[in-house]
Amino acid sequence: MNSLVLLVIGLAIFTAGYLIYSRYLSERVYQLDAAHTTPAHEFQDGVDYVPTNKFVLWGHHFTSVAGAAPIVGPGIAVIWGWLPAFVWVTVGTVFFAGMHDLGALWASARNRGQSIGTLSGRYIGPRGRNLFLVVIFLLLLMVIAAFAVVIKDLLIGTPTAVIPAWGAILVALVIGQMIYRWRMNLAVTTVIGVTALYALILLGDRFPIELGESTLGMSPATFWIVALFVYAGIASLLPVWVLLQPRDYINGVQLFIGLGILYGAVLFSAPTVVAPAFNSNVPEGTPGLVPLLFVTIACGAISGFHGMVSSGTSSKQLDKETDARFVGYFGAVGEGLLALGAIIAATAGFRTLADWEEVYSAFGNGGVGAFVQGGGAIVEGGLGLPASLSATILATMAVLFAATTMDTAVRLLRFVVQEGGDLLKVKVNKGVATAIVLVVGLALTFSQGAGGEGGMRIWPLFGTTNQLLASLTLSIVAVMLLRKGRNAWPALVPLVLVFAMAFYAAIVQLGDLYEAQDWLLLGLDLVIVVAAVWVAFEAVLSMRSARAGESEDAELVDRS
Amino acid sequence: MPSSSTGPDARTPTDRLRERWGAFVDGLSEFYHAPYRQTFARAKRDEDDHFMLVVLADALGVPDPAAYHSLELLPAVYPEFHAWHRRLGLDRSPLEHVGCC
Repeated sequence: MNSLVLLVIGLAIFTAGYLIYSRYLSERVYQLDAAHTTPAHEFQDGVDYVPTNKFVLWGHHFTSVAGAAPIVGPGIAVIWGWLPAFVWVTVGTVFFAGMHDLGALWASARNRGQSIGTLSGRYIGPRGRNLFLVVIFLLLLMVIAAFAVVIKDLLIGTPTAVIPAWGAILVALVIGQMIYRWRMNLAVTTVIGVTALYALILLGDRFPIELGESTLGMSPATFWIVALFVYAGIASLLPVWVLLQPRDYINGVQLFIGLGILYGAVLFSAPTVVAPAFNSNVPEGTPGLVPLLFVTIACGAISGFHGMVSSGTSSKQLDKETDARFVGYFGAVGEGLLALGAIIAATAGFRTLADWEEVYSAFGNGGVGAFVQGGGAIVEGGLGLPASLSATILATMAVLFAATTMDTAVRLLRFVVQEGGDLLKVKVNKGVATAIVLVVGLALTFSQGAGGEGGMRIWPLFGTTNQLLASLTLSIVAVMLLRKGRNAWPALVPLVLVFAMAFYAAIVQLGDLYEAQDWLLLGLDLVIVVAAVWVAFEAVLSMRSARAGESEDAELVDRS
Repeated sequence: MPSSSTGPDARTPTDRLRERWGAFVDGLSEFYHAPYRQTFARAKRDEDDHFMLVVLADALGVPDPAAYHSLELLPAVYPEFHAWHRRLGLDRSPLEHVGCC
């Protein structure tokens, strides 16, 4: 099977999804109305509520939702063969993620741009809001721990990426100064920043950095994890304009460049997929495809995190309600494209099946490392760059995506801790809250071994939590549709499937974690199971009352 | 990202190109600034709140040696006064001579 065929089929499915299904959703199900006044116009304040051009808004939305996760998930999941991952990413993007992201955007835009957290309080009940906080806390905590391990693996596996990965921080610091202190033109700054980043990649490729057996008394793995947490702590405490803002921006630009490089390379080299369609020869200890595939690939197929972006910022900037189709649905398609690229890199970038099986020697062993190795080979073949340089580019890209998510997550988790403190009537200041986040995050990471060896065990748990959040959002959308007497099946079918898979996966993992004697993650998984039951309970309750026609609330907030 | 596609137009190609470029740079700047606009607005408000406290210190009963000079700034802070005391959690105006609510 040639990967180009895979690429074309995938693109055709995405295109059909956007042209046909998203039109059906926006015209029949959500009934988007260009004449409806959006929150951006109704509450225009120049800060949160700003009518924004749909292409620019799509740019934000897409770069906020896409990152390292749609690379890591498919990178791990192709261990079952390329076909299951391919089908789940394409079908998931068209019928699950697109529907969910567009739905969250619509739900929020019809409710004054309120966030999913507030909406769950409104449509599911006051307990909905607490449930939401618990799920968010777990999600952010696991993302920090999982990404610390992902970055550590990349830095050790691709020593040439060490200089550009850390040097990018310096580039971002300088860009921040160029914009705010020296007031330089943004286009010029962008070109300088990207050039500097690629110069660092060249430099790093020439001078790989491998840490000695013992750095400051720690093994390389331990050292990188500690360094990453120290970095994330400092970055999250600095004023955002100094580091986080320019870093996010350069990353966004980098995402487009990276997608261009990857797709261009596949186009020119058309490598053969060496991995089997169904892997009948999975390494020992690999969990069953059902349900684990559906939580291993969360971002790229359906991810609850998108609902937070949709309802948190994008919904407040919609110029016309009909723009939601492009921003929400096509944003999901953009992430699907990244996931598809990751699948191709991790299955077609190897010379022989034996090479591939060597990388996928155990569950969780492929991941982003396989993406870098395979993608590097494809870029080498397609664009003629040396193999090591190609791998450095992709590894740097993956590190940057993961690191920006990590520092932002530390910052957001700090707010969650402070909010929790407020509930307990304890004033927690910035420094203390950050310290709590870092200690808990480090503890979770090191509970997987001093080098975070078992860190990827967290990944399916992260996916499960993410799917749970998606279920919560889908139930809100379903309740709204039921109250309006519309066709709720497009929301109900994904809701039931995603929830069933997430719940099933949580139960299966209880057994696996018990066998692995990983008590901390077992405890986390128990919390997730409880939260899942809670989500189901609340969702069914609110849907029953919605069917019974208690719609006065809907009339209050929705003037359609 | 909007790309520079062209259509039939009366203006010269250079003008059109310049316009496209301007729109592109505007979009880029939106892309840079929009995600953090709220954070900045909040930081600015916090700073303004402290400023308000300094200007009103004397009126609130905190001895302020610079009161004579900051008196001049009172008119400048009045428009925000109501929102400020609401943010502090005070439903009614804490100053008798300012009847904002």
